Amino acid sequence: MTSNSLLPFVAPIATPTLVELRNVTCGYGDRVILKDVSFSLPRGSVVGLMGTSGGGKTTVLRLIGRQLEPMKGQVLFDGVDLATLDREALYAVRRRMGLLFQFGALFTDLSVFDNVAFPLREHTNLSESMIRDLVLMKLNAVGLRGARDLLPSQVSGGMARRVALARAIALDPDLIMYDEPFAGLDPISMGMASRLIRDLNHALGVTSVVVSHDVEETFAIADHIVFVANGGVVAQGTPQDIRDSTDPLVKQFFNALPDGPVHFHYPAVSMPDDFGLRTPP
Amino acid sequence: MQKSRHDVWVGLFVLIGAGAVLFLALKAGNLLSLNFDETYPVVAKFDNIGGLKARAAVKSAGVVVGRVESISFDDKTFQAKVAMQMQKKFAFPKDSSAKILTAGLLGEQYIGMEPGAADKNMVAGDVITQTQSAVVLENLISQFLFNKAADGPAPASGASAKEGVKK
Amino acid sequence: MNWFNPVTVGAATREWLTDVGDATRLFGRLLAVAGPTLRRFGLVTEQVFFVGNKSLSLIAVSGLFVGFVLALQGYYTLQRYGSAEAVGLLVALSLVRELGPVVTALLFAGRAGTSLTAEIGLMKSGEQLAAMEMMAVDPVQRVLSPRFWAGFISMPLLAAVFSAVGIFGGWLVSVPLIGIDSGSFWSQMQGGVEVWADVGNGVLKSVVFGVAVTFIALRQGHACQPTPEGVSAATTRTVVLASLAVLALDFVLTAMMFSI
Repeated sequence: MTSNSLLPFVAPIATPTLVELRNVTCGYGDRVILKDVSFSLPRGSVVGLMGTSGGGKTTVLRLIGRQLEPMKGQVLFDGVDLATLDREALYAVRRRMGLLFQFGALFTDLSVFDNVAFPLREHTNLSESMIRDLVLMKLNAVGLRGARDLLPSQVSGGMARRVALARAIALDPDLIMYDEPFAGLDPISMGMASRLIRDLNHALGVTSVVVSHDVEETFAIADHIVFVANGGVVAQGTPQDIRDSTDPLVKQFFNALPDGPVHFHYPAVSMPDDFGLRTPP
Repeated sequence: MQKSRHDVWVGLFVLIGAGAVLFLALKAGNLLSLNFDETYPVVAKFDNIGGLKARAAVKSAGVVVGRVESISFDDKTFQAKVAMQMQKKFAFPKDSSAKILTAGLLGEQYIGMEPGAADKNMVAGDVITQTQSAVVLENLISQFLFNKAADGPAPASGASAKEGVKK
Repeated sequence: MNWFNPVTVGAATREWLTDVGDATRLFGRLLAVAGPTLRRFGLVTEQVFFVGNKSLSLIAVSGLFVGFVLALQGYYTLQRYGSAEAVGLLVALSLVRELGPVVTALLFAGRAGTSLTAEIGLMKSGEQLAAMEMMAVDPVQRVLSPRFWAGFISMPLLAAVFSAVGIFGGWLVSVPLIGIDSGSFWSQMQGGVEVWADVGNGVLKSVVFGVAVTFIALRQGHACQPTPEGVSAATTRTVVLASLAVLALDFVLTAMMFSI
């Protein structure tokens, strides 16, 4: 486990799971998205977090980063309940996480280099030459060392996400979260992205959580799949376990069937009533 | 802390702004003299200076020949003491008189210098004693009313005019 | 919203109160992070460039024209009473006491205020602020606070430039154009304008306006809906709220100025 000696030291407890959700109920306002959800992310693995739209996948990411607070239950990072942390301690924990937003969320007024250097400049007192070396190393890991002086408006969507990935790993985090890393990418970029996720996971010894709709790519790289729908965890296990599952919702999702537990038709009055076909009594 | 490439311009902006503040403050105070000619100080005593202000003009024959520097009160003679700076290039006789005049009917007041006939000229530190105070409107009105009352009742020619009207 | 239905009015009031409370909390946070921000003064300087320097030409040109107009209008009325030489005093007092701070604040709200709101609103909708939060960097400290202090510093400077250029503009119209005596122009002004009472109060007003306009702009950007419509609505709200705030504060400060 890497720890930057210039940052406040948050002593890790050697638990086999890095992140754990215990009986978490969470939602926005009156809408409850997750009800009594419990699962854990084993250290060093690539976990695929999948589910129906609005099912709660992004909510889980927000809970882990504590951008959202649970109504009930606990979210633990490395054995520490996030609810017990004050702002300083929370920021110390966040420095051990990296979150890759769906469209990169790069700072549009900074160059690619400055974007990746941002966390280093904000959180460390390293000299500019050291920062330069670190930034170029991170950019090299994602294959964009030559693009260092471009602005976010000048790079493609796929490249922007790779820059965001370089930025997310700038402080060598213990956990990297990917929000829809494959959405909207061409096959080549998709291949690059999944290879990066896999390789980084091994090379840096981190835990990765991939939120995605792409069944094929996710199954190819994930060690563990968690399927979230209807406010709870419907299925968990290795990709093979999920493929063998008999749950109708799991089968509909992973076989891309148009109709099943998730209906094709949005709730409406019956067809004869809508088209006035029924003769009045 | 990163060095900003805009530092120079920001510095210039702050300088311009500070300069503007300074200009406003100094221009409002009496620190700036707009006339850089050499001057010598002279004092004039008035019974009433009216609305004369510091930095008012001292004119002779309508031309500016000096500036009022300061106005103070002499509590021994109970007169106003007006300190003026007269331009060195114009020499006035020692017995010149000073009047407080108004530019226009309700305009700014200034000092009018009328030259005397003495042989010697005014020097620095001289005191002008022949002065005419400012015209105070209230005194003028009360004087007018007093004169009117002193004239007595209306004359006979006025009575016949009234009779003519009645018919 | 149905104005006659007490439920909707009540709900709207509660929403408005929540909004006000939220804004107050943001203001408190801005003051709380003042120390760290001012220590990293490079960030503030950078923002002074965008907020101050870039408004300078607009403010200077506007000041010039306002000075011209004040001198013309003033002369037209004053010369009827033979007091044409007081035009300098008129121009200076109007600018330094009122028009300098107020007009500058309104122009500032329109130019710098909207640009701040749009910038922060777009950062919010592009998830840049959330990304910063996740990187354990406080967006209030890193993004909002430098801009707040930049506005605080820039406004009084811009107002002073406006007044100074306006007075110069007034001089240009009065002396070379109309033919008023330059000496009387300045002497009347210097006799009538007091450094602490007039210039000082003008500076105080511009500082208060700067805080108000900048805070409103930052708050609207920070609290907007992260959509294109949300950002555009927030920008409009900034101009409206900031303008109203400036005029209302102007009344309060002027009343205070005369009672002291």
